[in-house]
This record gives sequence, structure tokens and C-alpha cells, in this order.
Amino acid sequence: MNFELSPDQKLLVDTAAAFARKQSPVSRLRELRADPVGWQKATWKQMGELGWLAMLFPEELGGFGASFVDLCLVIEQLGATLVPEPIVPSVVLAGLPLLRVGSDAQKQRWLAPLAAGDVSLALAWAERDGRYDAASVTTRAERAGAGWRLTGEKVFVLNGHAADALLVSARTSGGPRDREGVTLWLVEPSAPGVTVQPIQTMDGHHAAMVRFDGVELGDDARVGALGGGVAEVERALDDGAAASCSEGAGMMQTVLAMTTEYLRTREQFGVKIGSFQALQHRAVDMFVECELAKSMALLAAIRTDGDDADERRSAVSWAKAQLGESGRYVTQQATQLHGGVGVTDEHDVGLYFKRMQVLSSLYGDDEHHIARLGRLPSFTRDL
Amino acid sequence: MDLSFTPAQTAFRDEVRAWIREAMPPHLAEKAAVDAHFEMSEVMEWHRVLHAKGWVAPNWPKEWGGPGLDVTERFILTEELELAGAPQLSPFGLAMVGPLLLQFGSEAQKQRFLPKILSGDEKWCQGYSEPNAGSDLASLKLRADDDGNGGFVLNGQKTWTTYAQYADWIFVLARTDGSAKKQEGISFLLVDMKSPGLTVKPFLTTGGTPAFCETFFENVAVPGDNLVGPLNGGWTLAKALLGHERTLIAHVGHSARALLRLKRIAQSAQKDGKPLLDDPVFRAKIARLEVRFRSLQTTNYRVVAGAQLGNAPGPESSILKIRGSETLQHLMELTMEAMGHDALAWFNPPGVVPPIEQWVASGFNYTRATTIYGGANEIQRNVIAKLILGLPSR
Repeated sequence: MNFELSPDQKLLVDTAAAFARKQSPVSRLRELRADPVGWQKATWKQMGELGWLAMLFPEELGGFGASFVDLCLVIEQLGATLVPEPIVPSVVLAGLPLLRVGSDAQKQRWLAPLAAGDVSLALAWAERDGRYDAASVTTRAERAGAGWRLTGEKVFVLNGHAADALLVSARTSGGPRDREGVTLWLVEPSAPGVTVQPIQTMDGHHAAMVRFDGVELGDDARVGALGGGVAEVERALDDGAAASCSEGAGMMQTVLAMTTEYLRTREQFGVKIGSFQALQHRAVDMFVECELAKSMALLAAIRTDGDDADERRSAVSWAKAQLGESGRYVTQQATQLHGGVGVTDEHDVGLYFKRMQVLSSLYGDDEHHIARLGRLPSFTRDL
Repeated sequence: MDLSFTPAQTAFRDEVRAWIREAMPPHLAEKAAVDAHFEMSEVMEWHRVLHAKGWVAPNWPKEWGGPGLDVTERFILTEELELAGAPQLSPFGLAMVGPLLLQFGSEAQKQRFLPKILSGDEKWCQGYSEPNAGSDLASLKLRADDDGNGGFVLNGQKTWTTYAQYADWIFVLARTDGSAKKQEGISFLLVDMKSPGLTVKPFLTTGGTPAFCETFFENVAVPGDNLVGPLNGGWTLAKALLGHERTLIAHVGHSARALLRLKRIAQSAQKDGKPLLDDPVFRAKIARLEVRFRSLQTTNYRVVAGAQLGNAPGPESSILKIRGSETLQHLMELTMEAMGHDALAWFNPPGVVPPIEQWVASGFNYTRATTIYGGANEIQRNVIAKLILGLPSR
């Protein structure tokens, strides 16, 4: 057992922390909320140059074969100041499935420029009434001559408003909730029949609702095996969940520091309010939740690098359920302890509160992951 | 970064597990299987079995009879003993006064006391709390006056002196200077329980088991040789004890055992003709608790891994007492819920209710003490607020 950072990891963390502090303090997200894209190409390019977008890719795609833990260390630091660039949507949700099952041509076409920060990607999987079920797919890809024709609608596509390519799950056989028969496709938003409707989300980020009206696709747009898409999307969502736990852990540290600082300085009744035991104990419980969520984020990242799928799934669900509980507690109490200013748009604590609410829902909320835990083989092992 | 134990550590875990199965006498194993209360005679029987193996005092140095295990091995040993439901050894000698003597005792005191703590020939209890000195321990009033010959005369009362009725010795914090600031007039003394003027009144816990006692001192003579550390320096010793073996304070082995038992009970308990475990609502309750347990366990592993590298305990170690005790309580609560009215039986003669139902209510009640003893969780929170979060005092 070893939870220490290697010298390389320390360097990575220091670089990411300095980047977040100097180049993307929270004020940057605050300004970019009003921007129709919500993140900046120059910053994206810079992230590419720092190697963050290709860490997990092999050398020939511009990467250096780093671990998922390494990526999560960066994400945690960027979470601390709410950096809005779409690393998780591009690299984790869309990039990793492409890396796993994409053809060499597809990887060269999309992952090499992603590594350099020249393009961004998105995974279009969720549908209305599908909740968190990756198999709940009604979007169809039907044979049309030598190719395929794509029809349907995807919702809340993270970075879907800005992505250069969408990885889309669509049914090639079977009924609406069958696990078999879903296939992944690479679709460029400029293709005829694609309608991207940008939307804003409560955390100041942007996403898109995407309609496909008979979009013509060649067979070379297919990613991975015909009918094998659900497992890939589920894996991507697990990876996204694990990454979100690290982002959340970074956010929680900031929120705790912000709150204890406020308790140390704000005066009422002639004393610092941090001297009141009721508030001290609330702050301690926030601290406890921060540490627990951090432990779980580490565990989920480490298990994501591992080979045991059941262990990975249970660790991700433990971590995501913990993030839901801890993240809500920490951000809600932070708002409460800040009093009135905590519910003004001027104060940063509200930005963290909203982003945490979004994270708690993305990739399955705690209720979803608790139910999944109960279904995993490990839950009843040794009984 | 790596979460797995080394092959050597895993082999050690297997060795411990196999040894416990082999070494535990059948009548103890039978009680362990249903988490029954162990009588003190049974606890001491297990003490001697562990002593013979060399594992009774995992954290003692080798020269004083410790096994020479490193911090991870000690953690594994403890985790496995807890997981097996083995009798929990009395901590007062092995884990409290023993380590304090090692750190602060004279050579003569070590020679006199340590071997018999190790062998179990002398049992100890702790005299810290008093009726009016609980969380505010430093306002304790047990007086230790100078007897004019270099010794002390003790007058006053201690309470929560767990297992005093079985103890041969008690270590006490006593006031040796009534004029000094309250933390600065306290000394650490070792007192023979057979001393004239010392009386013990046991009382039951809400778990129905005899653990607590009150201990009264009426002109009890204590030789000057039984002072540990400097005169009026007892508070430093009391605080030093808080820093010992923080890796074990969460008792994750107990919680792991309680979680597994909860699942087993939910699997055999019936609801609407089906196992309760198949009820999605109840299953979700267990899964939520499992998440709490796993986050505690992983945090504990972080602390162990850090200690193994020789790092000072990080801030994460301070949450182990709070979260460990609360997790155990939640597990016991849900176990009661899983059993329904089958959990309500209370100390019936053998055979009246199934063995598994005999002890659940007692354990559930006794577990309420875990958030109180060893520094109530509210005191733990006060300490974290001040020392880690840097919040101001009033």
C-alpha cells in the first residue's frame, strides 16, 4: 500500500495547481459563464502542450501512457478553481472509448489532434426518459445502401455545443432497452441532418441537445463492434464518474478552506463566529466528509487502472455515492455558514455549490450507484 | 500509488487467519460465532493463547516481548482478530499503561510491571474520569497528598474504571498540587488494587454486561516509586497516550465483521416470503452503509500506508475515531432493524432463543459507548476544530 505521490506525480500536481491558480482562478469561470462556448481554445491548446489531453494515450498518438490516477491528480487540481475546459467530456468520455475500440484511422483522425489541443470531442449517449441507463437507446442507425442512416435525439451532451466530433450511441438492432444491439458512431456536427441546440447548465458550463435527422454515415464511421456499444458507454460513464470524484474532491478542499477562513474572520456578537461550537462542529463534519471523499476518489482512480471489472465497478460506485453525500453536505453547509453572502451570485461559494450539484447527478447520482452496488457480485460475496 | 498489500503482507494475513482458526479454543469460537459477551476469564484465556504465540502486545518493542511487527503487520493482525470476532483484550495494560511505561517509566518500573502485563498475570484498569471530571478531565479532584516520607496518600473517587473488579492495578491521574493551573498540578500514579482503603463498586452497562465500576480511595497509601514521569507532569503522559497507535482506533475489523453479519442476517430474515436482502429498499440501506464503511476503511489504509513510511499522522488520521465509532453504531442499528422483533431477546437462559438472537441487543446497546469513551466525539471535534482547522477559541 502506498498513497504517496511519485516525484513525477508531485511535479504534475504542482504544475496543475499553479496553472489553476495563475491562469484560471474562479473569476475566469465567472466571466466565461456569459460566453457562448464557455471555455477557450487558447487554453485548450495550452493544456495539449502540457500533455494533459494525451496522458493516457500511447506515444504514437502524442501521449505518454500515464495512469488514470495521474489524470485524476490533474483533474483534482483543476477542480479546485472550477477550470471549465472539457477534459472529462473530450478525453475520458469520448477519447478513451475511441482509444479502446476505434480503428487506427479513427484514432489518427481524432485522438492525435485531441492530444495536441486542436480539437475537442463529446459523447452523445443520454436520451430523454433514459435516466442513467446506457442501454436505453431509441436513436437508430439503419442500413442505407453501403452505409447507414442515423435518426434520433440525444440530450445533455457535455461539450456537445463545441465538439469537433460526436461519439454517438445508436441502436442497430433490438428493442429500446436491450443491452445488445447498440453501436457507436463518429459523427461530425457539420454533417447534413445534424442539429446542435446549445444549452446552458446551472454550473455555468454549456452542453447541447443534438438531433439527427437521417444523417448519412459510411461504415467507416462505426466505432467498435456492431452491437457492442452499451458496454463501452458504461465503461466511459464509470471512468467519467471516477474522474468526477477527483474533481469533486478538489472542489471540496477549496470550499472547506474558504469556509474556515470565513469562520476565522467574520465577527458577530463581538467575537469571531468560528469560536462558536455549533459552527466549529459543522466545519469539522465538512472536514471529515472531505477526507472520506478524497479517500474514495483515490480508490476509484486506482481501481480504474486495474484489471478487475467487478472491483472497478464497486469502487466507482462507492466513490460516486460518497461524492454525492459528501459533496452535497460540504457545499450546502459552506453556503449556510457563509450566511446571506453564500446565496449571492457575487460570492464564489455558490459556483461550487452549483457545480457540485451537477457532478452529483452526472454519470449516475448516488441513488443510482447505491442500487448498482446492490446488484454487483461483490455485494453478496462470502455470505 | 498502489492500494494492494504486498505478497508478504498478504501471506502474513493468511497466516494470522489460519492461526486464529487453529488456536481459538472451541468454546471461545462458539461464542465468537454469535458475537457473545466474553467473561473476563475467557478474555484472559485468549490473552494467554496470544501471549504464547508472541502476538499479545503487537506494538511493544521486541526487547520487552513484542513480536517485532511493522505498522502494517500490526494493523493486519488487529484487523484479522476483530474480523474473527476474537475476544477483545483489555486495553488498559497492553495498550495504555504498558506503552506509557515504555515511554516514561523508570527502568525499575518497566522491570516490575511490563512482564506481568504481557503474561496477563496482572490485570489493569484506568483511573481517569471522575463524577465531575469527564470531558473536562483536567478538573479532576482525586487528591494525592505528600505523606512526608516521599509517598502519597490518595483520597477521592474515580468512575468508569472499566474492569476494576478484576484488576490488580489501577493507573490514576491525581492532583498533587492544588494551587497550580489545573493541567499543571496532576501526577500519574500506579496503585495496587489491594491497597487498604481502596474499594470498588461495579455496575452494569446498558448492554447488561458488567464492565463499569466506581473506585473509591480513602487514605490509600502509594509509595513514591509508583510515580511515573515527573511530579505534576501527569497531563503530558495523559496526552501522549492519545497519540499511540492511531492506525487502530477506527476498529475497521469490527465494522467489517458487523457488515458481513448484517448481510447474512438480512439474507436469512424473511419479508413477504422472501429474503429481506432481496428487498430493494433494505438492500439500498445496506449498500449506503457499505459506502460509509469503505470510505472509512480506505481512509484507514491511507493512514497505515503513511505510518509505514514513517510519516507523522496526517489530518486524515484525526477522523478515524469519530467515523469508526459512528459507523459501528450505524451497522448495529441496521442489524437491529434487519432482525425486527427477533432482536429484542434479553439475556434468556440458553436454548430459549436461537444463539444469533441472544446477543444482538446487548451488543447494540453497548456500542452506544463507542462515541463516548476515549474522548467523546464532541471533544474530538473540538480538537480538530482547533488544531487542524485553526478555528479560534472563545
